[in-house]
Amino acid sequence: MKLEQFSYDNRIVRLFLTATVVWGLVGMLVGLIAALQIFIPEMNFGLPYTTFGRVRPLHTNAIIFAFVGNGIFAGVYYSLQRLLKARMYSDILSRINFWGWQLIILSAAITLPLGLTTSKEYAELEWPIDIAIAGIWVVFGWNMFATILKRRERHLYVAIWFYIATFVTVAVLHIFNSFELPVHMFKSYSAYAGVQDALVQWWYGHNAVAFFLTTPYLGLMYYFIPKVSGRPVYSYRLSIIHFWALIFIYIWAGPHHLLYTALPDWAQSLGTVFSLMLIAPSWGGMLNGLLTLRGAWDKVRDEPILKFFVVATTAYGMSTLEGPLLSLKNVNAISHYTDWTIAHVHIGGLGWNGFLTFGMLYFLIPKLFNTKLYSKRMANIHFWIGTLGILFYALPMYWAGFTQAMMWKQFRPEGLLLYPNFLETVIQLKPMYALRAFGGVLYLSGAIMMAVNLWKTAKQGSFIGDETAEAPALEGKAAPSKAGENWHRWIERRPTQMLVGSLIVILIGGLVEIVPTLLVKENIPTITSVKPYTPLELEGRDIYIREGCNNCHSQMVRPFRDEVARYGEYSKAGEFVYDHPFLWGSKRTGPDLHRVGNKYPDSWHYHHMYDPTSMSPRSLMPPYPWLFEDELNTDHTAKKIGVMRTLGVPYEDGYEDQAINDLWAQARGIKDNLAGDGIEVNENMEIVALIAFLQRLGTDISVPEITETPATGSGTAASNK
Amino acid sequence: MLKFIKHHMTAGEGIEAFPVVAFVIFFAFFSLMIVYVFTMQRKHVDAMSNIPLTDEPVEPRNTSKSPKP
Repeated sequence: MKLEQFSYDNRIVRLFLTATVVWGLVGMLVGLIAALQIFIPEMNFGLPYTTFGRVRPLHTNAIIFAFVGNGIFAGVYYSLQRLLKARMYSDILSRINFWGWQLIILSAAITLPLGLTTSKEYAELEWPIDIAIAGIWVVFGWNMFATILKRRERHLYVAIWFYIATFVTVAVLHIFNSFELPVHMFKSYSAYAGVQDALVQWWYGHNAVAFFLTTPYLGLMYYFIPKVSGRPVYSYRLSIIHFWALIFIYIWAGPHHLLYTALPDWAQSLGTVFSLMLIAPSWGGMLNGLLTLRGAWDKVRDEPILKFFVVATTAYGMSTLEGPLLSLKNVNAISHYTDWTIAHVHIGGLGWNGFLTFGMLYFLIPKLFNTKLYSKRMANIHFWIGTLGILFYALPMYWAGFTQAMMWKQFRPEGLLLYPNFLETVIQLKPMYALRAFGGVLYLSGAIMMAVNLWKTAKQGSFIGDETAEAPALEGKAAPSKAGENWHRWIERRPTQMLVGSLIVILIGGLVEIVPTLLVKENIPTITSVKPYTPLELEGRDIYIREGCNNCHSQMVRPFRDEVARYGEYSKAGEFVYDHPFLWGSKRTGPDLHRVGNKYPDSWHYHHMYDPTSMSPRSLMPPYPWLFEDELNTDHTAKKIGVMRTLGVPYEDGYEDQAINDLWAQARGIKDNLAGDGIEVNENMEIVALIAFLQRLGTDISVPEITETPATGSGTAASNK
Repeated sequence: MLKFIKHHMTAGEGIEAFPVVAFVIFFAFFSLMIVYVFTMQRKHVDAMSNIPLTDEPVEPRNTSKSPKP
């Protein structure tokens, strides 16, 4: 057998590893700032760019796409070459993948603080960046596939299946969720509206967790745990079941983010059932990872890398048990909109993704630099300080979640809410928020310690850019099937078929969710009184989106006694038919706003937005003084009306020409109204548009007082459901 | 039992077949997989699980730059 000489490209791995550390530190720091802002509003620095509503998406995007994203690429570029015994197909494609991805991250870091956002969680980036992401992702897939095709190892190890499924699914998710119509270079509207937008968004959002934070990291787990412990995976058979069951089931579970909302019941139940089924493959995978260390636990005692892996895998198990439990409607009724969800995602983020990445970094840097880790002791301290950080983060958040949900739901014996003022339930959580921030400080300190340790390691070693290796070439293009050979063994040798197979599997789930979404359109009861937003309200809505109000305020009153008592009539699917995008939100740091329209006078909103504590003493909401200084930009109002009409909002033909006049007329009305309360304001200030939007919210179906005149049949909500 | 599922979706032709088709797909797929997994040959399983452990470079590591292939 002729041996071929070749070399592995370690330079690309070093690039991605460096980016992982740098962006990781940035993302965690931004997270810490956001954590402080929640209970110290002054930490918003009085600037639009650093206010929580813009900082929070910056944090989530930095952690998911910059920290974990670069971690994925680093791990894949290292392990793929070795598992296939081949250098990456093209060094140029590798570099385009790297620099393109960093450019995307950079543009996110600039546009998000500027308030350029679609408002859809983990898909906030505007359309030009969406296109760039799709392009770079294709480059990654192309490079990966071309490498697989020129491999020297006939069979594809299970880690590679996870990489393939990741590539295929993320592409599908990203494309479908990013259907949006541009208004201009930095503004677009989602092609979907209301319930459909919510369903597509959470089909995406859930599977971003599944196929960006989970499947690629499972691939890394299946590679690095055996590698570091020096023993093969506990059960290869189990890993096959883990893979297919996971990708088959995961894609269906998205609707569990929308329990008790206006989403049709059947879709909610579908999400719950599939979420529960997920326990099986997830725990199969977790046990497979942990049991790989059977008989090697003595190594765990003195190898910090394995310690990180053990906690990572355990955190994976914990959050994949908790996830399905949170998908039960009775549990979700308590957890949803509270900090419980935040605790849940951070068990996954800090524990699973963070610790697996740290372990991988501690393993790879010494290897690439042909040396030993600079300080094992520092790595051990990092491990303990990080673990404590996770506990200090998560436990107060669980406590906070329960506390708040219980406070929301309590009634006095006479039937009134025990805590009618939402603010009371937030003030109660301040100590928990402080503890959480302390957890963040611990975790970040550990990460900084790691950065120093790795830097010192790199300095003491010498980098091997091209690592020489030898392996026999594969004979023939694809080995012929042997008689009686099993179908799966057949597919293990055929990457293209594997790609198509995983595509079909995830598309089945995707289609079953998406096709009914189209059917839902026919099923949403039309409410005749629900009308499109006026031009001024539309502009106000865009300010609401720009400031990221939806990061703290939901617009979805669930059909619970306490919510109806607190906010008003519960939300109906038919009320959101013109909402491109939907703004239901997923967390209530402040109260729900769906029925806030007409609840307070215009002057209340005016004072409240300028200084929230003037209307709600001790409020933790940041002030928005710039809305009182900046003039409303109406350059694109006409275009926005046109785009909305294209998306199906029934503005009359030619309304673009009338829109500006209507806008100023409505603005003058609000100005006069404010003047009545002794407030002097120009009608062209942004605050006027925002007040118009807030006063419109949820008022379409308010049941009119019964008067002497007979009802005309329209404008009532009696037939809604 | 199907009444719990099918009456929630009334739009679309032949919607009654959906749950049945879904069940058949799932059952067939997972049955095939289980059968496969339990009939795998020991030798193949061992070879596959050892792939990550046998990817160390054949040559001793060195610090000098090696030429590209």
